[in-house]
Amino acid sequence: MTLEKLIFYVLAAVVILAAMMVVTRRNPVHSALFLILAFVACSGIWMLAEAEFLAIVLVLVYVGAVMVLFLFVLMMLDIDLAVLRAGFIKMLPLGVVMAVAMAAELILVVRAENFGLDKYAAPARHAADYSNTEEIGSVLYTVYMYPFEIAAVILLVAIIAAIGLTMRKRPDTKYLDPTNQVLVKRDDRVRMVSMDAEKG
Amino acid sequence: MEFFISLWEALPAELQYLIWTLIKIIVIVAPMMLAVAYFTYAERKIIGYMQVRIGPNRVGPKGWLQPIADAVKLMFKEIVIPTNANKVLFLIAPAITLGPALAAWAVFPFDEELVLADINAGLLYILALTSVGVYGVIIAGWASNSKYAFLGAMRSAAQIVAYEIAMGFALVGVLVAAGSLNLGDIIKAQQGGLFSWLWLPLLPLFGVYVISGVAETNRAPFDVAEGESEIVAGFHVEYSGMLFAVFFLAEYANMILISALTAVMFLGGWLSPFQGWPVLGPLFDWVPGFVWLVIKTAIFMFLFLWLRATFPRYRYDQIMRLGWKVFIPITIVWIAVVGLAVVYQLPWWFD
Repeated sequence: MTLEKLIFYVLAAVVILAAMMVVTRRNPVHSALFLILAFVACSGIWMLAEAEFLAIVLVLVYVGAVMVLFLFVLMMLDIDLAVLRAGFIKMLPLGVVMAVAMAAELILVVRAENFGLDKYAAPARHAADYSNTEEIGSVLYTVYMYPFEIAAVILLVAIIAAIGLTMRKRPDTKYLDPTNQVLVKRDDRVRMVSMDAEKG
Repeated sequence: MEFFISLWEALPAELQYLIWTLIKIIVIVAPMMLAVAYFTYAERKIIGYMQVRIGPNRVGPKGWLQPIADAVKLMFKEIVIPTNANKVLFLIAPAITLGPALAAWAVFPFDEELVLADINAGLLYILALTSVGVYGVIIAGWASNSKYAFLGAMRSAAQIVAYEIAMGFALVGVLVAAGSLNLGDIIKAQQGGLFSWLWLPLLPLFGVYVISGVAETNRAPFDVAEGESEIVAGFHVEYSGMLFAVFFLAEYANMILISALTAVMFLGGWLSPFQGWPVLGPLFDWVPGFVWLVIKTAIFMFLFLWLRATFPRYRYDQIMRLGWKVFIPITIVWIAVVGLAVVYQLPWWFD
């Protein structure tokens, strides 16, 4: 077994174990941390597939930013585990049906006879100076220019919508305007008075 | 000796490669740790002199052995694990903080040839790793089962996410200007002396990067995650002994990393400041590139200490305002400016 294969199997095992832990752990913070582990191991596998740009961006965006905010919210939530578990038996039949349906779909698509080296030949190795980043960039900004820009606009709309939905003025909140605070001068706050000294 | 050579050659090629890489990693990490130890000494001395004190001067001549004494002390202290703390997470949090701070050096060019992994996407790799470091702080704060630690972790998470965007955009400007993601190539794109370096055409980004770097490392005046006067010691209140020492090491290793990266991105890394100048150029030709790199890095390391001795802590809403409303717009505007300068081949830097 070559070193590369060994690394692949270790990373694959970590991804599967971590993914299983995500759905089985009771504590949502643990689940989120295992999800992060799965992302990191997954990015290692992408790295082995010579997709270094995607691998690094997975860590940078999902691990470095998205999951931080996820954790931020999860840690703030006061989750009562008893309430979460209360409806388990009642929902179990529906859950089993869903699980069986999804498993059947997956098995239909991801079957051994649909894969293998005769169906998809092993991709050729690239030279050491091959830059995945440049390749993706050159395709993304020429061939797929319009889909890329449309995706960007949709994301922008989503951002504006999210801000618009959550921005509401509450009259009871005390709000400080930092600009006014920064612009404040000494004369606005301090008044010099001259007083006669008291005798006595 | 012959025996060892034959033993070495008997190993499979991949094992040889693995061992050889491990040796290289040790060669980078061991001096790093020493540098971190003496950086803490330098901090106490420099801030001491800035506050008209002498600083540590008892252990060894002029206090030179102080960091060693501190390390020994921390090693022998008891590690207290709080009740109801999440033990596993509590123990791995310091390692998660230190790991990325050291791993980032893998792609760092110390010299024209001296680099552990000369990869194409070096800049992205460093961005990704520095963004992972925040987990150590968040996990430490959460696993400690302490209100103060948790507050510190929340502050740190919000702050680092905010400043990472500004930092990333500043680096986008660098990669547009240099035309490469490889750190070695970024340095080579800055050939030609002090005024050819990227700090001048990217001056706003340079400022944003340095300040965001201070915020990313949770250093004063952005040290609200620790905030001794407000939340005791923030995310690491519950940590003692060696676990605390690892957090400490990570903080200083991160400071050295950010300083060194600033030197590479904006100040031409191992290039001489007088390169190609009429008289001074040949005069300083004999100085090895590594020395220039160390000098440039040391300037920023000093800046970190200087800032700490000079500024009071930022208020939290002001930090958020600075990150989101000031830095991010500046970087976006300047990326557009740099893009235009590169497209129209602005003379002196981009022609």
